[in-house]
Amino acid sequence: MSRINVAIADVADRPRVSRSRVFLALLHRDMRVARKELPFFLIRTTLQPLLFIIVFGYLLPKMGFMKSNYTATLLPGILAVSLTFASIQAVALPMVQDFGWTREIEDRLLAPVPTHLIAAEKIVAGVLQGFVSAGFVLPVARLIMGPIPGLTLTQFPTVILIVILGSSAFSALGLLLGSAISPQQIGLMFSVIIAPMLFFGCAYYPWAGLSAVPFMKYAVLINPLVYVAEGMRGALTPGVPHMPLPISIAALVVISVIFWLIGLRSFERRAIG
Amino acid sequence: MLRPAIQTRELRKVYPAPSGVKKRGGPPAPDAGGHGGGLTPPNAMNVDGEIVALHGLDLEIPEGEFFGLLGPNGAGKSTTIGILTTRIRPSGGRATVAGENVVDQAAAVRQRIGVVPQRPNPDRSLNAIENLIFHAAYFGIPAADATVRADRLLETLAISDKSQAKVDELSGGQQQRLMIARALIHEPSVIFLDEPTVGLDPQARLGLWEILRELHAAGRTIVMTTHYMEEADQLCDRLGIVDRGKLLALDTPAVLKDRAPGGTLILLTLDGDASSAAAAAQRVAGIDRAEAEGSTLRAYSARGGEAIPALIRAAEAVQRSVKDISLREPSLETLFISLTGRTLA
Repeated sequence: MSRINVAIADVADRPRVSRSRVFLALLHRDMRVARKELPFFLIRTTLQPLLFIIVFGYLLPKMGFMKSNYTATLLPGILAVSLTFASIQAVALPMVQDFGWTREIEDRLLAPVPTHLIAAEKIVAGVLQGFVSAGFVLPVARLIMGPIPGLTLTQFPTVILIVILGSSAFSALGLLLGSAISPQQIGLMFSVIIAPMLFFGCAYYPWAGLSAVPFMKYAVLINPLVYVAEGMRGALTPGVPHMPLPISIAALVVISVIFWLIGLRSFERRAIG
Repeated sequence: MLRPAIQTRELRKVYPAPSGVKKRGGPPAPDAGGHGGGLTPPNAMNVDGEIVALHGLDLEIPEGEFFGLLGPNGAGKSTTIGILTTRIRPSGGRATVAGENVVDQAAAVRQRIGVVPQRPNPDRSLNAIENLIFHAAYFGIPAADATVRADRLLETLAISDKSQAKVDELSGGQQQRLMIARALIHEPSVIFLDEPTVGLDPQARLGLWEILRELHAAGRTIVMTTHYMEEADQLCDRLGIVDRGKLLALDTPAVLKDRAPGGTLILLTLDGDASSAAAAAQRVAGIDRAEAEGSTLRAYSARGGEAIPALIRAAEAVQRSVKDISLREPSLETLFISLTGRTLA
């Protein structure tokens, strides 16, 4: 009798869908979209670090302004910048749009799972994109800068751990920013939050070097990027000065947990009116 | 009466006092979207300046009913839908959908409901059919199953030619139909539509009515908000009239229309100014009220058309002849105006 003949008798008996299944479906969606936009994503998140590498890791050493072993300090820092920048952007940018204007995220907010699971999926998607970014930048940077003194992959699992912790902290920060700021404030977010974070994140110089400016040396410790950059140095180029690895890792764990908690809460508050 | 699909008790929603500046990261003002209205809906404000969007709403909607929430912008319709669809947290009272509490069992409620938003909000990163297949996946429906259902829904809603199209290539009406398909893909037992026909052209609106009638016939519970009288009258089994967060009336359209004041409206077009005829008509037995507007005489009759001969005689007695006569049944609009003192749209 009806063209839209969908049986509803079975609806009540249908078993509750499992959370992990919904989580994977949400992740699948984000990966599908990320794959479509991969070239733009890579350009957006890695071009700036790579340009930095060309100037500071290739041109200046060639001109004799930089010692060639500066590249061993720069490479891990650039990796840290790329992966954190990628994670924060991957989560925050679409979310600002979704919440502020298009309300596109609505179809996921109607998924039959607790809202914090939807938020957690966003963070995990950001972590994966941080990985992609780091995986892209490492070989390209090595190619541009040539042989890097003391570069080693013997601590590869530690490198992976730093990537996971760093991108997890920054994805969660992306979730916080994405759910807390309005579309008009995106520009402000870059100039007031992201840019200072990059410049004072010990990415382009080692933390130990800040001993020259003691006030800065302690002030930058509130910047989570410091621990990603220093952790990367500890794992990739242990020959250059760096914070002890356990300290970087412990700091990243603590920061991650804090950002996750605040990020999830912020998302939930924004999502449920 | 069947098991209630929806039940609310003393449901309240109070939004914090609006500050002078636009609130950062706060929830969007209810009912503000889509109508070009101001940011502050004309809800009741309490002594603290908070906006009371819902003021103790008691509702019971049985399974299979087509229920309409009728009210002007800012009446609390969208807030009600928002709470029932787990997207807005109530400030007080309780609400259940399909037997599950919308706050404690939000995920279980979402499993049972389909939502058509006021403004289409498709996932623009995906094409039309991906929108459906992924939405189905969020409900645990395997891709193969979902594809079959999506194809069928797109076919039914006459947008199967747009299956692979980017969402932006769809017209407003087509996007709205995609939203309906999305709301149905996981076979919900309760469907919510928030002002589904706002912004649709008349043909698309009639098309949507047809679809809603079929869903209703198939046994779905449908809850729709609207501020179009005709739509509410044509489609709904029962209507709740809300304004300023309160339920003012609740019944079938027919009963509500009977409650409209003044009974049947008789419109007489005269060959000149109608004021003297209106004064004469006022004395006709069975006429509650008569008023003139230009050459039109409006008389509210408690006895339907029976008063027509007497009205014609009254007009002729003041040297006016009647050129045209029409009858209007008591309307929801007249009832609404008498209940709230406000017009609808």
